Amino acid sequence: MEFIVNNFNYWIYVILMMIGLFAMIAKNNLIKKLVGMTIFQTAIILFYVSIGVKGEGATIPILSYEQVHGTHHVEEADHAGEDDSHHAQADLPEIDARTITNPIPHVLMLTAIVVGVATLGVALAISQRIFHFYGSLDEDVILAKIQKGDG
Amino acid sequence: MAPMKIVALITVIITGGLLLYATGDFPAWGDPLSPANNSALSRHYIEQSRVETAVPNLVTAVLADYRGYDTMFETVVVFVAGLAILAVLGQGTSRERAAIQRSAERYQERDMINIMTARLIVPVLQLFSLYVLAHGHYSPGGGFQGGVMFGASFILIALAGGLPEALSRLSIPGALLLAGLGVLLYGGTGLVCMMLGQNFLDYHILHRLLPATDAVMARYHAMLIVEIGVAFTVTAIMFIIYAALSSRGRMTGGL
Amino acid sequence: MVEQFPILIELCPLFGAILIAILGFRMPKLCYPITVLAMALSCAAAIGTFMMMLASPSGTVIYDLSGWGRVNDTAISIEYRVDALSALMLVLISSVAFLNVIYSKVRVAQETPSKIPHFYILYLLLVAGLEGITITNDAFNLYVLVEISSLTGYALIAIGSKRAVISSFNYVIMGTIGASFFLLGVGYLYIKTGTLNMSDIRSIMEAIPDDSKAIKVGFMLIMIGVWVKMAFFPLHGWLPNAYAYAPTATGALMAPLVTKVMIYIMIRMMLSVFGPEYVYETLGWTDVVVTLSTIAIVAGSFFALSRSDLRKMLTYIIVAEVGYMVGGAWLANSQGMTGAIYHLLSDALMTFCLFMVVGIVVSRTGDPKLTAFQGLYRKMPITMVGFTIAALSMIGLPPTCGFFSKWYLLRGGIEAGQYHYVGALLFSSLVNAVLFFRLIEMAYYHGAHAHGEPIRDEDHEQYRMHGADPDSQPKETLANAPWSMLGPMLVVAIGLIALGVFNSTVTEWIGQVVANLNVLEGAN
Repeated sequence: MEFIVNNFNYWIYVILMMIGLFAMIAKNNLIKKLVGMTIFQTAIILFYVSIGVKGEGATIPILSYEQVHGTHHVEEADHAGEDDSHHAQADLPEIDARTITNPIPHVLMLTAIVVGVATLGVALAISQRIFHFYGSLDEDVILAKIQKGDG
Repeated sequence: MAPMKIVALITVIITGGLLLYATGDFPAWGDPLSPANNSALSRHYIEQSRVETAVPNLVTAVLADYRGYDTMFETVVVFVAGLAILAVLGQGTSRERAAIQRSAERYQERDMINIMTARLIVPVLQLFSLYVLAHGHYSPGGGFQGGVMFGASFILIALAGGLPEALSRLSIPGALLLAGLGVLLYGGTGLVCMMLGQNFLDYHILHRLLPATDAVMARYHAMLIVEIGVAFTVTAIMFIIYAALSSRGRMTGGL
Repeated sequence: MVEQFPILIELCPLFGAILIAILGFRMPKLCYPITVLAMALSCAAAIGTFMMMLASPSGTVIYDLSGWGRVNDTAISIEYRVDALSALMLVLISSVAFLNVIYSKVRVAQETPSKIPHFYILYLLLVAGLEGITITNDAFNLYVLVEISSLTGYALIAIGSKRAVISSFNYVIMGTIGASFFLLGVGYLYIKTGTLNMSDIRSIMEAIPDDSKAIKVGFMLIMIGVWVKMAFFPLHGWLPNAYAYAPTATGALMAPLVTKVMIYIMIRMMLSVFGPEYVYETLGWTDVVVTLSTIAIVAGSFFALSRSDLRKMLTYIIVAEVGYMVGGAWLANSQGMTGAIYHLLSDALMTFCLFMVVGIVVSRTGDPKLTAFQGLYRKMPITMVGFTIAALSMIGLPPTCGFFSKWYLLRGGIEAGQYHYVGALLFSSLVNAVLFFRLIEMAYYHGAHAHGEPIRDEDHEQYRMHGADPDSQPKETLANAPWSMLGPMLVVAIGLIALGVFNSTVTEWIGQVVANLNVLEGAN
């Protein structure tokens, strides 16, 4: 039981992913296959994002003003662009990496989401074209039409 | 079709079992000291990116600078998607485009409530999307998010006033040009860095061109430039995808 | 400028595509020259990178994007890494793509007249994706580039005929499964190592115990992912229809390159990320995979024998050839790996040459069946010269490169004691001999069939009907094969012989990679 509770994020992603994979292989309707494809990809996104979580007390990967510009001389920020030494590390407060969520999985998944949307769009266009040619989105019907020599 | 279902079931059970088998080896949920969370790479981004890029939003810093090359290709993926959809579905013939003109005149016949609501929402939506784009350095946001919202405003026009109405504001060739310019803005920024003698996408050298910046702030501003490029492409392609899919490539009528 | 060669390989097609996107829709005439120029420059940059690689003392060239370099020995941004293997692949991809542009000009204008700018943009980006895959040293960047090459591939196939659209849909589903498994495998590596740079993953992984379940499953996921994408039997279902029904230019580009690049990813993952010791010794799967590839070779050859459509036959030969290379790479000795890599190069050129020949024959006779070859030695002597060279190479006769690659593979198989694999190789060569000598015989002796004369069989009638569909590609026959088609084909045919004659030089370069990675160590 503990194995499941401690790793529940992994269980959820595996179950979602298998639902998607099943739909992609077993469903006859092309649109249902695409729904499965989207679930499949979303499961992977869930997996990646859950890698970056850092338990309680960790916040979003956006630093506060003090963490970026230091705590002293707030008015100096107006000249931030011109003053080279302003960025010297010495003035800045320490950041405890444990308090900030890992940004890398978020970055990767932004890319993966975009790729997923792009694939879905192209796949929808292709299935529209199939419907235009064969008058159906059911794999069996289409295959029967091809066998009959309509392809 | 039963055999296919059995094959699928067996595949799913084997794959799922395999994946669950591996989870026993994974760090527990939310472990801040797991190899991924505690790696030198992750800590470098969290601790050093404020010094190296002056951008508080770490995701933006990593996305647009450290892994900027990935993001450029991500933009290319969006661009490819729009172009692929047009290539598959077609852009409509000139006869059909003439029909767009005619049916645009039927704009007035559309539902008044929808049109008035769209008129209220669209300007606000566009303004907010610009905010999301420009504020990506400080809060969740950036080129993709802002671009999607801007594209959504055109889709809203199409939903309320018909696709021809939206196409009269942003035509398909115009959108393709915009999408190309977006990728050009991103790649061009990298190319300028190369012409100034640095590696591709090494933004710091841009302080020679941008006024009143040092090497760090040059990265900060270059990130904004590339995010704008991303927003161009995403805006245009979101609209192209909607226009092509909703009209089956005929570019008339719409939903 | 010189040190910028690696990125220029990638940027030439990318900016070419952008230029066409901006100008090409208004001036479609510009598309072709821009594409040729972009591919020529890319090819030049690839050769430049190859020279850089040869000149560098370590045999590798590192190019750092975003200019961050390494901090505390960790790559914090994406980097390129070129070694002998990737340099050879880059030259191969860019030159095949360059020759194919010239070759396909006539056919593109004929088959997809209303979509010329779309075609060339997608073409350039497909090539950019394939080149990027070969050169990048970042596991996630690899995934993005794989998706670029897949997305463009789906579209390039789907703009073809009615059947091509269905095949393209199957390709989307299978391709997404493959790419997603690969992405998940990269995630497993990331969760255990915390980095995405392939060299760093390797060095961190040395400290991880060998029995780590996550690494093992991650490796399996990556392998399954690339096997789906390279159409390794029995995951090959999407390939034959997709390549056979695609427009000529698409088929001639994708058939030689896409599967080979996926095999390249497999070899790269095995050698540079997981390491030969882990793959060959710790896992102990070599027997299983070599057996699978034996089955793939035999099955692919049988399917090829039973097809009467020219392109279908070639696609099943590709399925068999994938078995050659997977098996060779998994033989766990340097002969097998050298053979696999050498075969990667020679098979790409052979497939390319054959697809070009078939494209010319089909476009002249309008007949997609084997019968199109009747009496062609008299009618199309130049085309048949190219065909004969490619066929001899496919069968594996000296002095063509097909002989030498098969020689290495056979020696590797015997050394590893995998006699069923050796048997499958010989069987497949025999099948290829039957297939191609049948065609050569038909082309040499049967003079009765004049070109252009319709063949009265049922299949051909179907084909005519299909051709009459306004939405499918037009099937006008060409009166003469133009030199823009013959020239590139002859260049490749000469390349086949040249690669064979200079086999010792090429294997020496390959040997660098194989020796650097100590494949021999422990394997024997």
